[in-house]
Amino acid sequence: MTLYLFQVLNGLGLGMIYFLIAVGLSIIFGLLNFVNFAHGAFFLLGSYFCYQVVALTGNFWLSLLIAPVIVGAIAWFAESNLLNRVYNLPHAFQILITLGMALVIQESAIMVWGTVGKNIAVPDLLQGIVQMGDFAYPIYRLFVISFSAVIALLLWLLLERTRFGALVRAGSENTEMVSLLGVNIFKLFSITFGLGATLAGLAGVLAAPLRGADPFMGAEILGIAFVVVVIGGMGSFTGALVGGLLVGLVQSIMSSLWPPGVHLMIYGSMALVILIRPYGLFGRA
Amino acid sequence: MLEVSDIHSFYDKSHVLMGVSLEVRDGELVTLLGRNGAGKTTTLKSIMGVVPPRSGRISFAGTEMTKMKSFQIARRGLCLVPEQRDIFSILTVEENLQIAKNKNSPWGIPDVYKLFPKLNERRQNPGNNLSGGEQQMLAIARALVNGPKLLILDEPTEGLAPVIVQEIVAILKDIKNTGIPVLLVEQNINVCEKLADRHYVLEQGRVVYSGTQEEFAANKAVKDRYLALQTN
Ligand SMILES: Nc1ncnc2c1ncn2[C@@H]1O[C@H](COP(=O)(O)OP(=O)(O)O)[C@@H](O)[C@H]1O
Ligand SMILES: [Mg+2]
Repeated sequence: MTLYLFQVLNGLGLGMIYFLIAVGLSIIFGLLNFVNFAHGAFFLLGSYFCYQVVALTGNFWLSLLIAPVIVGAIAWFAESNLLNRVYNLPHAFQILITLGMALVIQESAIMVWGTVGKNIAVPDLLQGIVQMGDFAYPIYRLFVISFSAVIALLLWLLLERTRFGALVRAGSENTEMVSLLGVNIFKLFSITFGLGATLAGLAGVLAAPLRGADPFMGAEILGIAFVVVVIGGMGSFTGALVGGLLVGLVQSIMSSLWPPGVHLMIYGSMALVILIRPYGLFGRA
Repeated sequence: MLEVSDIHSFYDKSHVLMGVSLEVRDGELVTLLGRNGAGKTTTLKSIMGVVPPRSGRISFAGTEMTKMKSFQIARRGLCLVPEQRDIFSILTVEENLQIAKNKNSPWGIPDVYKLFPKLNERRQNPGNNLSGGEQQMLAIARALVNGPKLLILDEPTEGLAPVIVQEIVAILKDIKNTGIPVLLVEQNINVCEKLADRHYVLEQGRVVYSGTQEEFAANKAVKDRYLALQTN
């Protein structure tokens, strides 16, 4: 029994990290209408910046604060200097540019940090385990779950309860009409792209003490984020949350039941969702 | 106020507007008439920068707007109520108004709820739950809270029941009486003759007639020739 509780909690933590990545991918797709292939690279940058800040200052909390912001700023800069030049071209061009960004980021990471992965220590404050009866669980993983839950709540409030959020939702439906209300849609694009990247960077920081940083983590996580978004539905916050948790739980539970079947189950559940609901669990046609 | 001179607009290679010129002066309600496909909607989209004209000039309140983007044109106070209404279907009525709200508008959200009590009852409903008439009211209300210095409407009574048409005509009259100039595309000639100071008739991308309401009312030939008569 405690083994399952352990795996369920692991799955929740993993799922929340997947959510943080997938939700940005999903919102960016909803508003800007293209798949951001650089999204995994923003996750990678988050992890490496975490590593670097911890290596320089020894302070994980500082990295939690500034690494996502730097990632967001880089994404914002790339969006407003590269991507915004091709918005009048077919979506294939936008996808191509994000793919190029992903490769540049990955190769730069190899140049700066090498091909061998880096480890990041769990911060002192969160080391150790909590003991509940005969059940023990690492504090850091509990922190990941609760911290991501707070971020998810804040993000939900931002999207559902503010004018900015209403504009993002309105723009996902009809960008032209949003412009006709006097809103600079390109500024909205930049902010949204930067916000999505910041969340991916944050996921990268949270994941760093769990899995380290390596140059290929971006491509790997991008694949999972696609699965999450396809399961949950493009453009949906709830979809990213439910999809992320589902994939996290399946991955974690399967890895103790039948490790070789992890990917089979993940892609199997995606195929099942596509068959039953082609637009995803919470997607709209 | 608004001056459109000799604009040519295209969809890709298809040349739709062939030198349209028109003018809306201070406080005027001007209609743009013509058969389906004449280019009325395209004219409005050209004014709003959605289909930017390839040649010609558009100016508003003395400012040249030909090269501006839609959002910049909208910020100068040109508010379009589009033919398809384009209500945001996943936003509530209230949110539809909130994202359009402009603090410089003489209409706040409570004011438009007073104008359209039905919207007040439906304020927490998503846009896709509204009837056609309610959507039209919301589209007009959204334009009002956006602070129009020129209100542009594309067939606001299209497909609506006669009672609702009357209600909308009454509102348009009120808006006109506040002194805001209006450019109205409308197929229903009764509605036009009730409201307008002047008319333009468009045919195949050209202005083929313009005249005051008195002149137009007396000119049966123009109506017979260019307009599919709707006199209900
Ligand atoms: N998006 C479009 N792409 C290509 N042609 C269009 C498009 N919209 C309208 N047209 C064409 O432009 C002409 C004028 O259309 P429109 O301005 O919508 O006319 P109206 O509003 O007077 O009915 C028509 O021949 C129509 O087929
Ligand atoms: Mg039309």
